[in-house]
Amino acid sequence: MNKPLPNSLRQGPDGRGRFGQFGGRYVAETLMPVIQEVEQAYNAARNDPAFMAEWRRLLKDYVGRPSPLWLCERLTAHLGGAKVYFKREELNHTGAHKINAVLGQIMLAKRMGKPRIIAETGAGQHGVATATACALFGLKCVVYMGATDVERQQPNVFRMKLLGAEVVPVTAGAGTLKDAMNEALRDWVANVADTYYCIGTVAGPAPFPQMVRDFQCVIGEETRQQIMLAEGRLPDALVCAVGGGSSAMGLFHPFLDDEDVAIYGVEAAGRGLETGEHAAAIAGGRPGVLHGNKTYLLQDDHGQIHEAHSISAGLDYPGIGPEHSWLHEIGRVTYVSVTDQEALEAFQLCSRLEGIIPALESAHGLAHVLKLAPTMDKDQIIVLNLSGRGDKDIFTVAKHLGETL
Amino acid sequence: MSRIAARFAQLRAEGRGALMPFIEAYDPDPATSMSLLRCLPGAGADLIELGVPFTDPMADGPTVQLAGQRALKAGGTLAGALAMVRDFRREDDETPVVLMGYLNPILSYGEERFCRDAGASGVDGLIVVDMPPEEADALAPHAAAEGLDLIRLIAPTTDDERLPRVLAGTSGFIYYVSIAGVTGTRSASRDALAEAIPRVRRHTDLPIAIGFGIRTPQQAAEAVQVADGAVVASALIDTLAKSLDEKGRARPDTVRKVLDQVRELAESVRGARVPA
Repeated sequence: MNKPLPNSLRQGPDGRGRFGQFGGRYVAETLMPVIQEVEQAYNAARNDPAFMAEWRRLLKDYVGRPSPLWLCERLTAHLGGAKVYFKREELNHTGAHKINAVLGQIMLAKRMGKPRIIAETGAGQHGVATATACALFGLKCVVYMGATDVERQQPNVFRMKLLGAEVVPVTAGAGTLKDAMNEALRDWVANVADTYYCIGTVAGPAPFPQMVRDFQCVIGEETRQQIMLAEGRLPDALVCAVGGGSSAMGLFHPFLDDEDVAIYGVEAAGRGLETGEHAAAIAGGRPGVLHGNKTYLLQDDHGQIHEAHSISAGLDYPGIGPEHSWLHEIGRVTYVSVTDQEALEAFQLCSRLEGIIPALESAHGLAHVLKLAPTMDKDQIIVLNLSGRGDKDIFTVAKHLGETL
Repeated sequence: MSRIAARFAQLRAEGRGALMPFIEAYDPDPATSMSLLRCLPGAGADLIELGVPFTDPMADGPTVQLAGQRALKAGGTLAGALAMVRDFRREDDETPVVLMGYLNPILSYGEERFCRDAGASGVDGLIVVDMPPEEADALAPHAAAEGLDLIRLIAPTTDDERLPRVLAGTSGFIYYVSIAGVTGTRSASRDALAEAIPRVRRHTDLPIAIGFGIRTPQQAAEAVQVADGAVVASALIDTLAKSLDEKGRARPDTVRKVLDQVRELAESVRGARVPA
């Protein structure tokens, strides 16, 4: 067994909502009281066995958890190195990991007496998950989505509408996730009395990075049990794509104190780091403050935020969750990056070898596995978080492959 | 005595409230923006708020967002805003200038260096929208060392329990955000302000300015009947934006149109009676 590190890396954040120098609560005064209200409500809820039992029931009977841990025999043989497992979050209801934290947050909103829910979405997965939970709980749902993303994620836009949500296209800026988040924050400022902001990732003002992480940790906790059953030991490496980083944090966090488990977060290198058209906040950014937290950000010399670029709408964000920034600085997690092209190739390979069409986000993680597995021994184990399914991306991929649907 | 304290003392002696126009630095171009800044005191501005453009102004409505985008396109930066104040100070050593913006450009500039340069440029105060008191410790000591007032926002959502904590590190004046919302959208009712401002006054002796939603001379007059100052931003920026040509460039009458509106507001503010 791996021995735990003397000081746990799972204690954060501190009382100010910080992970090292990252995180915090950088919001306008109007929002401070409601954010503190969310924090108090969350602390009460997570210590309430009835609340947690109800969340677990929803995960089991509504989401379909636990999600399987799949040994990819053909992919493993193809790569000729470490054994590759997929943690199959794409099999969750709504097709991605997002629903885990959304159900927890919507239960919290209900408990706080907030009848109106707002959310931002990039790829649309978080928007669909939020619209789904709001339908289930009978709450009003407004989803802010960049106009560019509305265009490239039409199937998810229609899904959200079917689920009864109002989708508001945001035309400010480049019309992607960053702009959607600005607009959601503006909505929250204006409707703070009756509205809960259901943030989709491990970013934003405290307590959101911690709360979303805690709910997503179900991914890593299940993985731990499943790999122990299957292999009798922990994996040698964990890999997951990182935009804001909620799926990654959910897988990584329960393993942070297991020093023999190598951990890789995969950022989107877009058209290549050297082109400047990417979404790799750690590889190409530096610390700053945006959307309520201090973290690594893509920005110019004057502190103006750059537009990110990625073929994957879910990774198209110039920041990253603050806990990832901290894990990078202390060296516990290795952050690497993968280009649009590499992700596209992994997307196709996964479809053909495993019969699983992955989300473009997850294909970034897979692209790193394709590099990593052949360098490892055959008795070693990699777990990839296959965080979402790729149905939503087939139009984007077809376009890049020169096919018309 | 700081310029801000001196100006409010003078206004109190005159028995009137302050008009505080807001313009965005570099909107729509550096020359027009500089010319506006220079002429604001002559048109009746008692204090001036100079907006620092930022790509992601999360507390601002569409009007100020667009102003920021025009300013960024014209090359606007925090350093550029400081240079404008430096130029302004060559002619005017009395009208207080407060920089209003977001934290990231300041972090990028470096907190200590920024405060030093701001002080040396003749900036009197800072309003950092996304820096609540809980996160002010990295900037506050440097601001204090340079004699820069850190002006805090108080919102309708700031309850009596929180008020003293927010006021603890404040100096210069209090900026009361009159609505729960973003700039340039709605306006608070006269009754709401009549209730809100005395609540804040019970906790502080500092002057109180009201901002967010003050658009008309009438509203500005009502604001200084209950408070010590009225901030007008989006209404002026709307005038500026409407005066631009189809390519977003200033026309010859852009500056005059904005200044005319400032004069109307100033006249109304000066004619309003303020309680002793």
